[in-house]
Amino acid sequence: MKRCRMVFSGSGGQGVITAAIVLAEAAVLQENKIAVQTQAYGAAARGGATRSDVIISEEVINFPKVIQPNVLVCLTQEAYNKFYTIIRPGGLLITDSRYVTLHTKVDARQCELPLYRTVMDEIGKPIVFNICMLGAVIGLTGLVQADSIMRTLETRIPPDFLDMNRKALELGLALAKE
Amino acid sequence: MSRAVKFVQGNEACVEGALYAQLDFFAGYPITPSTEVAEHLAKRLPQKGGKFIQMEDEIASMCAIIGASLTGHKVMTATSGPGFSLMQEALGYAIMAEIPAVIVNVQRGGPSTGIPTHVSQGDVNQARWGTHGDHSIVALTASNHQDVFTMTVEAFNIAETYRTPVVLLFDEVVGHMRERLEIPEPGELHLVERLRTAVKQGVDYHPYLPREDGRLPMSDFGDVHRYNVTGLAHDMWGFPSDNPGVVHGLLRHLVDKIENNVNQMAHYKEFYTEDAETMLISYGSAARSALHVVEHLRGKGERVGLLELQTLWPFPKSVVRERCSQAKYTVVVEMNMGQICQAVQSAVDLPETVFLANRIDGAFITPTDIRKLLRVIQGRGV
Repeated sequence: MKRCRMVFSGSGGQGVITAAIVLAEAAVLQENKIAVQTQAYGAAARGGATRSDVIISEEVINFPKVIQPNVLVCLTQEAYNKFYTIIRPGGLLITDSRYVTLHTKVDARQCELPLYRTVMDEIGKPIVFNICMLGAVIGLTGLVQADSIMRTLETRIPPDFLDMNRKALELGLALAKE
Repeated sequence: MSRAVKFVQGNEACVEGALYAQLDFFAGYPITPSTEVAEHLAKRLPQKGGKFIQMEDEIASMCAIIGASLTGHKVMTATSGPGFSLMQEALGYAIMAEIPAVIVNVQRGGPSTGIPTHVSQGDVNQARWGTHGDHSIVALTASNHQDVFTMTVEAFNIAETYRTPVVLLFDEVVGHMRERLEIPEPGELHLVERLRTAVKQGVDYHPYLPREDGRLPMSDFGDVHRYNVTGLAHDMWGFPSDNPGVVHGLLRHLVDKIENNVNQMAHYKEFYTEDAETMLISYGSAARSALHVVEHLRGKGERVGLLELQTLWPFPKSVVRERCSQAKYTVVVEMNMGQICQAVQSAVDLPETVFLANRIDGAFITPTDIRKLLRVIQGRGV
């Protein structure tokens, strides 16, 4: 894909913005791609539905925001209700099956994944929910390599937490395969 | 050795540029959307032996950097609209007392506290005329992180060359967005050092006596020379004067040193301007949307071009006039009610061919917004 536009949405504290930054940074610093990341600030960042936009491209990115995402991730019902209509026809909608009930069919590939439940069953710590989501995103899209994500995480988080993150990433990749 | 590559926010790109330009004193009061400038400098400056001070407010911040600059440091502060308002009086003092300083304003919606987390370009005229009295000012801007870095270095260079405060007018979108930044190698970009006087200790030093080339050598305040610094009109010694000849000479000098060097300070980028029938003029984050439109319409064979301004003040009048002379329509894309549009209208031969494509609601102007307005301007309807 020449240009992939993504919107990660959820609620404050779920780590969707961090996930977006990690993905974009991995694309730029590990794979020498072009990427831009922006996010909604303000009231949305303090409760409500938070949102971060990422564009990964082979060409220069001028307009940095996403209007119609190829990939839309919704980790809460509120985020889904707010954003599901913006998905690009033929895109990919990823939702968490514990938090989101789909109420209509959109013209997109819909992937309801038990991300949260799997993280809680296998790891027991909700803090890596976002990295599991990232695993599913790269598993379904092939945008960047899992190794690139791990190398990016190595520069951002303490060594003691790396194994937990690696496991969460692998769980996400496995869910994407299924 | 290859250049270091980072994936950072625009505010961090500004920090990297300032450190490259050898910033060694920052005083500020954090405010959205400029906070990351202070945040990163709080960490980085002490590591390099520089000083970071969080002041009680923006008035004090501006005054602190003025004092530090006089003692020989390269200085900067960073703020947004409300803080920039508070800095105006001391900004005028820095102009009057000819003190090199860089003031970053990451613009948000105004007036007053406005919409703190949303984008705007509403402070363009405040940068020009925010402080009272006849004066000139330098204000630079950028639309991407590499240019944020370069323009920040340029701001320090201009501040030192002309002994004047320089405003960096960024905006929320550029400030918060993350993208790639390559840090140039040391020596790759030219740095202007402080011009210090050759006058020895015990010999009369005139702090406000320009050399033949117009530059004024400085003496670190508190070092070997005693001299006066004031916001009052002053003579070559720095002492207050109400002599009409002295006052006239001072004001002319303050304005002429900027306005006579418009071309040296004019930074801009051109995209498809040679044969453009419709010329877009934009700057800052809005120029990204404008360029998106230009690339798109060129693909359809429309003769559209973009002149992206990086120097807003002093306004590069002759560049704008020349580039727009062949255009049927000139369309200024900005996120305010036409602050640069007015400057463009007064620069071109046919002001009635200049139109405004803007957005003022805190939302980032999109290519669709611009395309719709273009069609209306061209008489083709939405």
